[in-house]
Amino acid sequence: MGSGSELGIYLPIAEISVNIFVLFGMGAAVGFLSGMFGVGGGFLITPLLIFYNIPPAVAVATGANQVIASSFTGALTHFKRGSLDVKLGTLLVIGGIVGAAVGIYVFVLLRELGQLDLIVSLLYVIFLSTIGGLMLLESIRSMRRTKAGQLSTLKKPGQHNWVHRLPFKMRFRASKIYVSIIPILALGAAIGFLSSIMGVGGGFIMVPAMIYLLKVPTNVVIGTSLYQIVFVTAFTTVMQATTNQSVDIVLAFLLMSGGVIGAQYGTRIGQKLRGEQLRALLATLVLAVGLRLAIELFVTPDDLYSIAIALVTPGAS
Amino acid sequence: MKPLTALLFLLVIISVLVSPLNAVAQQIPGNKETVEIGLSTDTIAITSGFRGTDLTVFGALDNADPLIQRQGRYDIVVILQGPERNFVVRRKDRFFGVWVNAESVTFQHIPASYSLASTRNLQDIAVPKTFAQLALGVNNIFYEPMPDGFDSSASLREFTKELPRLKLKQNLYSQRPGDVQFLSSTLFRATLSLPANVPVGKHVARAFLFRNGEFLRESSTSLNIVKAGLEYRIYKAAHENSLLYGLFAVFLAVFTGWMGRLMFRKD
Repeated sequence: MGSGSELGIYLPIAEISVNIFVLFGMGAAVGFLSGMFGVGGGFLITPLLIFYNIPPAVAVATGANQVIASSFTGALTHFKRGSLDVKLGTLLVIGGIVGAAVGIYVFVLLRELGQLDLIVSLLYVIFLSTIGGLMLLESIRSMRRTKAGQLSTLKKPGQHNWVHRLPFKMRFRASKIYVSIIPILALGAAIGFLSSIMGVGGGFIMVPAMIYLLKVPTNVVIGTSLYQIVFVTAFTTVMQATTNQSVDIVLAFLLMSGGVIGAQYGTRIGQKLRGEQLRALLATLVLAVGLRLAIELFVTPDDLYSIAIALVTPGAS
Repeated sequence: MKPLTALLFLLVIISVLVSPLNAVAQQIPGNKETVEIGLSTDTIAITSGFRGTDLTVFGALDNADPLIQRQGRYDIVVILQGPERNFVVRRKDRFFGVWVNAESVTFQHIPASYSLASTRNLQDIAVPKTFAQLALGVNNIFYEPMPDGFDSSASLREFTKELPRLKLKQNLYSQRPGDVQFLSSTLFRATLSLPANVPVGKHVARAFLFRNGEFLRESSTSLNIVKAGLEYRIYKAAHENSLLYGLFAVFLAVFTGWMGRLMFRKD
């Protein structure tokens, strides 16, 4: 940390002094990766903040706030291009808000019980290792395929699945689908829940779920997902601010400004480089972050005891 | 030494003003010694760059017996105690290899910070019982559990021992024997710790006077610690106008994203 140096800045909510350039650089690096791979980056920011000794509650709430900046411009671009299904997106937002509200409630409960840090770490370990593992497998497979001289073709998703037998169907013109609103609301709610507990946008789950579950055409998937992320993370930010007072705008601003700049260069580089190697690289990075978090869960802490201001009257211990 | 002269003058005024009143209130037959402490300010504003400092408290011992004084048998203990809060102490246990917060005990009315300075080691000043009765010293503070804040008396004993240890580790509690020094026969100086993480709110400074290991009297004064600067205003806004703060956080994110697009747009 910026011990006494002039580069140190005091974060008013996290209540620690940090180095401006470390955080700006962290934002830029994650922004660069998200620009390069077209991912939100929230799932990297929050664990990195935790490694940097930011309290997990603040890291999660601020992570959600930071995601808005990167998703907003993307959503705007897709809206102008028309590659965004507003009707589908709005239903996802409604589900998302319900999920986020439940998530905030669980967040407060876990905080009172003193289990928030553990659950956040556990969720990250599960998600990062699953996603990193799948990405690594997929990129290795496609690298082999390229070597063997085959054309890498996207698997055509099956025509119908159980999702299409559900009631309350609705027609979505922009997406050219006719589907039940139950899976849409449920998907939105799941993403909203993760947004408030993990401080992520959730695009990394939303995009594949929309493609494979709802059969949304790929051209509107990204735009619609970003549209939902903007509204749900905005809702989460306001909820975190009012219930937990754990959104640190100084921290968020440092990350956002780094992220916005990093993303621009990331996009440019991403267009020039080959996909499979890059994906393998990102997958390795994601796995490494997950592994680091996992190790911390198992290593004997320096001090088994900890002290905190009591948030509620006790009873549960 | 101009500042010291001014301070001495101030202290004289304080003791002239306060002593008679005090004497009426706490007159014990045979003991005419009085102790007074004064702070140069009643409010300390700490800024975001604050990394902890020493707080010097000046005091006066009046009507001291010159003989006892020469023998060095007057002792003074000065404490600075932060606002009271409720704290929960947790212990991690292993579940399937993962360290999880398991048992906890909740305490109430615990000083958030506690800094003590004394002329000598406490055990050289008086017998432990005296300090226990005064609840003086990190190990003698009454760590009061919440009525239903613990599972068993064994765990209560265990966690009551851990609380001051954790507080000492965080530098929120400190004991500094030898940091009360007599500058003259009547004037003394106590050096207390204000750690970087000192809690804001009303702090109480108390001076305890001992003679031959016997507690005579105490006096106290209070000090307000406030945080100043932009960062603290942000903190206050987050807690007092949290809805507005949240909306502003969203606006800031949207604005930053939009600015980034404007700055980097190629066309």
